[in-house]
Amino acid sequence: MTATVPPPGTTRSLRRRLWRLAETVTTPVLPSDYLDLIAPLRAGADLRGRILAVQPETPDAATLLIQPGRSWRGHVPGQYIRLGVDVDGVRQWRAYSVTSAPSRRADRISVTVKAIPDGVVSNHLVRRIRPGTIVQLDQACGDFVLPERAPSRVLFLTAGSGITPVAGMLRSGALAGSDVVLVHSAPTAADVVFGAELRGLAERGAIRLIERHTEVEGLLDVAELDTLVPDHLDRQTWACGPLGLLDAAEAHWAARGHAARLHTERFRPTVITAGDGGTVTFTRSSVTVAATGATPLLDAGENAGVLMPSGCRMGICFGCVLPLRQGAVRDLRNGQLTTALPGDGVRVQTCVSAAAGPCELEI
Amino acid sequence: MTVIQKKADNPIAHLTVEDIETLGKELDAIRERVIASRGERDAAYIRKVISTQRKLEISSRVVLLFSLFPPAWIVGTAGLSVAKILENMEIGHNVLHGQWDWMRDPKIHSTSWEWDHVAPADQWKQSHNELHHRYTNVVGKDNDLGYGIMRVDEDQPWHPAHLGQPLYNFLNACFFEYGIAAYDLDLGNKLKNGGHKDPEFRRRVRAVGRKIRRQFLKDYLLFPVLSGPSFLHTLAANFTANLIRNLWSHSVIMCGHFPEGVETFEKTSIEGETRGEWYVRQMLGSANISGSRLMHIMTGNLSFQIEHHLFPDLPSNRYQEIAPEVRALFDRYGLKYTTGSLPRQVFSAWKKVFRLALPNRRQPAAPATPLDGSTDHPTRELVAA
Ligand SMILES: Cc1cc2nc3c(=O)[nH]c(=O)nc-3n(C[C@H](O)[C@H](O)[C@H](O)COP(=O)(O)OP(=O)(O)OC[C@H]3O[C@@H](n4cnc5c(N)ncnc54)[C@H](O)[C@@H]3O)c2cc1C
Ligand code: FES
Repeated sequence: MTATVPPPGTTRSLRRRLWRLAETVTTPVLPSDYLDLIAPLRAGADLRGRILAVQPETPDAATLLIQPGRSWRGHVPGQYIRLGVDVDGVRQWRAYSVTSAPSRRADRISVTVKAIPDGVVSNHLVRRIRPGTIVQLDQACGDFVLPERAPSRVLFLTAGSGITPVAGMLRSGALAGSDVVLVHSAPTAADVVFGAELRGLAERGAIRLIERHTEVEGLLDVAELDTLVPDHLDRQTWACGPLGLLDAAEAHWAARGHAARLHTERFRPTVITAGDGGTVTFTRSSVTVAATGATPLLDAGENAGVLMPSGCRMGICFGCVLPLRQGAVRDLRNGQLTTALPGDGVRVQTCVSAAAGPCELEI
Repeated sequence: MTVIQKKADNPIAHLTVEDIETLGKELDAIRERVIASRGERDAAYIRKVISTQRKLEISSRVVLLFSLFPPAWIVGTAGLSVAKILENMEIGHNVLHGQWDWMRDPKIHSTSWEWDHVAPADQWKQSHNELHHRYTNVVGKDNDLGYGIMRVDEDQPWHPAHLGQPLYNFLNACFFEYGIAAYDLDLGNKLKNGGHKDPEFRRRVRAVGRKIRRQFLKDYLLFPVLSGPSFLHTLAANFTANLIRNLWSHSVIMCGHFPEGVETFEKTSIEGETRGEWYVRQMLGSANISGSRLMHIMTGNLSFQIEHHLFPDLPSNRYQEIAPEVRALFDRYGLKYTTGSLPRQVFSAWKKVFRLALPNRRQPAAPATPLDGSTDHPTRELVAA
């Protein structure tokens, strides 16, 4: 190194100064507001993605091939991304498991969406979105993933769209040397998302596939695993599907003393109790609304036009946490009451909390 | 309350309390219908306006880098003026009204938007959305009425200082953005009453100072410097664009509440006002401007001032669509829908500024008093209840 080479910090501070200058030029907006017009996927921009293709999987499911922006940091198989898409002009955020295998170039990812009846976002993504659309993304997250060293014996217990995180794991090749059993439920053979691919894997002997077509065979009773997969309790198990299936699996594994070997992912929060509701004030937005004891504070705010931070909308990511200045809220998952007085510094997850009397949120 | 033109007849004397409440319900129904149908088309509209504005602004500024050449100066200045007008009127004003908050796009949201104007967005929102829209045309409460410096109603006592009001109004028009910043700060009152020592006021003044500095730096230093030999030409171009924007927005805003035919109200007339009465005040206290689609966009759809005042948070592109229905309601309830071309309304507003600069020529024939049920017209009491 010679004396003319600037110390490492200098280029960065020079760049920061240039950026500051650019901000002065574009005030009152930011340079990025202009750059977004031409390069929404550039490095340093808010993470977004461009829909490259929409491939139908089953009559009500489709895979979206997405080119993520340059700030995409990659994912671990089994993780999900949050995707923000404008439906009827309103930005909606939902979580979707990444179904593609991680790649070094990280220039393509896919998610697979199953349209649910009356589902706002899922129907839009399956039936209406067009290639070329820019969607908002967040970095991958979630701990429904394989351990560093793949276990030698694995069971996947899935149903419906619950196959998605597992598809990501299977495609990653991380399980190449493992003994893998997949028990998957869907109404009919045609409804099995990735049906052909899974059957192909089974034919090649990469996995043992047990398909359950519930329209004719009825719902899977978890106790049937004793005969379907006799060694299932010895396997590390990842389960994803409707709440009923997951609750039954958790009870089953717990009763047999092997709860630690079962990993589950819920696509939907459980709503157990409804409180009494109350008026909710969003203090900085000067908005007050009456909310029922079953309405998440997040929904109450959004419906009133308050710009609520949000994340998974199911109580797992903490992206929706706001200070509860005062009042009482009830946790929709377990009915637990949280109360606060000014200065208590209590923060609540708005997506899983409902008003239990008057309350004030700082936003 | 009094009518500026000192009309002896009360414009709503023929309406009963029930009429006014039914009218309110009908207006509520129009609003609900628009809200239920807001969607993709509206979102696409505002995004298009924003991207057009940004492209126009950036290309005009690039052209102005060569403003030494007269054609570049003319094209660049015209483009920048239009860009600044769009930015303030159709975008800034309306976004800050929360007209687009329903999209939940954090980049186009009233809580995060900042505009190309020396008045900081949060201060403007407070004085405009909370005060002007709530107290529309209430003398002494609505600072938009005469901006605290002019006599806008025959009932206000005349003072020799008012002789200068055509001049004040002209200067205010030229430097409108500073005028707005000053009255967002309530500067005049604060200086008079010693409120300038208040720490909150000082914080706000500092915020305005920062905003002015940033705006100056951009328009009068950085872009001129970037223009190199065209330094002075670019500086002049930016000054001209700001001037044109100021004159334009001042004219549009004068047309909204000043022309002949628009009513003003007394403070006491709004005590205990019902939703229906609030609507009626907005109906009578605002005036529209007729014109082409382009003209409406350039006014930020404030040419539909009446519709905007009835429903300040509906997306601006919808005002034009509901205007015929609103107008039909005016007709059905026998109310005057004040509208006219831009030149006519500007002339009318200026005429009033000049007329009120002089003392009243003769005593008004009869004190007109709608909306507050004062004594001489029994029917009016129905309205006030
Ligand atoms: C970590 C995580 C990963 C996910 N991964 C995927 C994935 O890979 N593929 C996929 O298709 N979906 C996935 N989901 C579910 C997805 O986020 C949405 O909840 C789903 O697409 C429904 O959204 P919607 O807007 O269509 O329905 P909404 O309009 O929000 O809901 C419509 C109705 O359906 C009910 N509902 C909401 N979500 C579900 C659900 N998951 N199952 C059944 N009923 C529901 C609602 O209570 C409501 O009554 C995942 C969810 C989470 C939390
Ligand atoms: S949005 Fe994730 S915790 Fe609420």
